Amino acid sequence: MARSIDDLVDDFDLFEDWEERYRYIVDLGKKLPPMPEEEKTEDNKVRGCMSQVWLTCQAVNDQHGDGGDTVLTFRADSDAFIVKGLIAILLELYSGRTPKEIAELDATEALRKLGLESHLSPNRRNGFVAMVDRIRGEAQSRLP
Amino acid sequence: MNDTILPMEYDVEAIRADFPILSEAVHGKPLTYLDNGASAQKPRAVIDAMSGAYEHCYANVHRGAYHFSEQTTAAYEDAREIVRAFLNAKSEREVIFAKNATEAINLVAYSLGRGMLKSGDAVIVSEMEHHSNIVPWQLLRDMIGIELRVAPVTDEGELQMDVLATLLEDGKAKLVAITHVSNVLGTITPAKRIVEMAHSAGAKILFDGSQAVMHMTVDVQALDCDFYVFTGHKIYGPTGIGVLYGKEAILDAMPPFLGGGDMISSVTFEKSTWADLPAKFEAGTPPIVEAIGLGAAVKYLAGIGVDKVAAHERDLLTYAMQRLAAVDNLRVIGTAPNKTAVISFVMGEAHPHDVATIIDQQGVCVRAGHHCAEPLMHRMNVVGTARASIGMYNTRAEIDRLAEALDKVNSIFG
Repeated sequence: MARSIDDLVDDFDLFEDWEERYRYIVDLGKKLPPMPEEEKTEDNKVRGCMSQVWLTCQAVNDQHGDGGDTVLTFRADSDAFIVKGLIAILLELYSGRTPKEIAELDATEALRKLGLESHLSPNRRNGFVAMVDRIRGEAQSRLP
Repeated sequence: MNDTILPMEYDVEAIRADFPILSEAVHGKPLTYLDNGASAQKPRAVIDAMSGAYEHCYANVHRGAYHFSEQTTAAYEDAREIVRAFLNAKSEREVIFAKNATEAINLVAYSLGRGMLKSGDAVIVSEMEHHSNIVPWQLLRDMIGIELRVAPVTDEGELQMDVLATLLEDGKAKLVAITHVSNVLGTITPAKRIVEMAHSAGAKILFDGSQAVMHMTVDVQALDCDFYVFTGHKIYGPTGIGVLYGKEAILDAMPPFLGGGDMISSVTFEKSTWADLPAKFEAGTPPIVEAIGLGAAVKYLAGIGVDKVAAHERDLLTYAMQRLAAVDNLRVIGTAPNKTAVISFVMGEAHPHDVATIIDQQGVCVRAGHHCAEPLMHRMNVVGTARASIGMYNTRAEIDRLAEALDKVNSIFG
C-alpha cells in the first residue's frame, strides 16, 4: 500500500460521512493484493466468528545477519472486504517493522485517529482483534 | 396472504410502546432491530416481572416454610403452568425448565443415551439443524456408538420427506430430532407428518421449536410429539431459561440428567432415589427469576395472540420479499413456500459481514455469518448469509429502512 497512516488520516479528515469512509475502506480492501490460495491454509487462518482471515509472517534479515535488524513482513487476506480494508491499514502499520517496533506500537491509537477503534474492541468477533494478537505474538516470540 | 386478519386489527405501535428499548437510537439513527432470530427484545411486562420479583418477593423455591419462599415457589410454578397452557401439554409434570434449548436437547441426548438408546440405534437430524441439535448427538455417537443420519433439504430449503422416509425404513432410527422452523431459512417443517412417519417407524420425535413458538401456535398434544424444546430469550423472555416438553411416560422412564439438590426423593451414601417430575430434571437452584420472566413473556405474547402475530409477520414477510426483490445483487437463501419471516440473503461480492457492518451504520441490526448452522451453509454453497429475522414489533417502515440500507451496500460496493 502506497499511503502511510498519516496520509490516511488526512484522507479520512476530508470525508464528510460514514458512507465515504466505508467506501474508502472497501476500496482499500479491493486493492489489497490477494493471498495465493495455497497460503490460505488452516494453519494460517485466524479464526473469527463472522469472516475468515488468513495471515502469514516472514522474518527478513538485513545484510549484517546479526538478527538485530530483522524486520517482519506480513501478508493477510479475508473474504470480507471491510475486513480486508482494515487489514490493509493494519499491514501499513505493522508490516516491515522490527519486532521491537511492533511490540511498542499501539494500533488502537492509530485506528482512533481514523475513527475505526470500535473494530478493535474485543467483542467484535471479526477476526481483526485476533489478527492483531497474532501479529504481536509473532513479534513477541522474536524478542529476547 | 392477508386472508385472515387485516393489518388494522393489529396495533403494532401499541406493541412497540410496550418494548422500552425500541425507542433507542443507534449511530444517531432509529433502532431497526431485525435480529429477533438471535434474540428478541423484552416487553415492559417481562422487565417488571423480573425486577418486581427481586424488589418485592424473592427467596429460593421449594425450600423454606416462610412466606417469601412460598410466594416465590408459587410464582415459579405459575410460570410452568403458563408454559404448559401455551404448549397445551397435558400436565405440568411434562414441562421442565432448563437453561436454554441447547441444554434441553443435551438433557434428552444424555438421558436417552443412558439405557434407552444403544449402539447400533440411529438418530435422524436434518441438514438445516442448528449446531445445538447436531453436536449433542455427535457426542452421544462418540459415547455409545449410535449412528447419526441426516435428512437433506432441497435447494429451496424444504425437508426432503422422501429421503426421511428412506432413513426410517430399516427401523434402526429410534429418534428423529428435527427443527420445527429453520433458524437460517425460516422453513416450517411439516411437523405433523414427521411425527406420523417417525411413530409408524417406531422412532420418537423431538422438535427444536426455538424459532417456532413465537411465530405460530404450537399444540404438543395435537402434534403428538414426544419432545419439544424452546429457549426463553427468543420468545421475548430473558436469557438463562429454556423449556423441555416431554411426554410424561417417557420422562418418567428416563434417568436424570444432572444430579443434585431438589431432584432427589432421598439420599444416602448407598443409594438415592429421584423426585417425581418435573423436579427429577431440575437439579440445583433453578433460574427462578428467569422462569418468572419467561412466564410473563409467554403471557404477554399469548395475550396479544400468536395467530395475530403470525398474520402480522406474514404481511411483513410478503412486503419484505417485494422490497428486497428491488435491491440489486441480492439473492434470498431459503424460499420454501411455508416459512416464517426469516430472510437470509447474500449480496454479490459483498460478504455478509460487509453487509451487516454497513447497514449497522444506518441503525439496522441483522445477523451475519453461518448462524451456527455450518452444514447448511455448505449445502447452500455459501460461506454465510446476512439474516433479517422479523418479530412482533417490526413494521413496514423498518422493512423500508432495511431495503434503503441495502441499497447503500450496493452504492458503496459500486
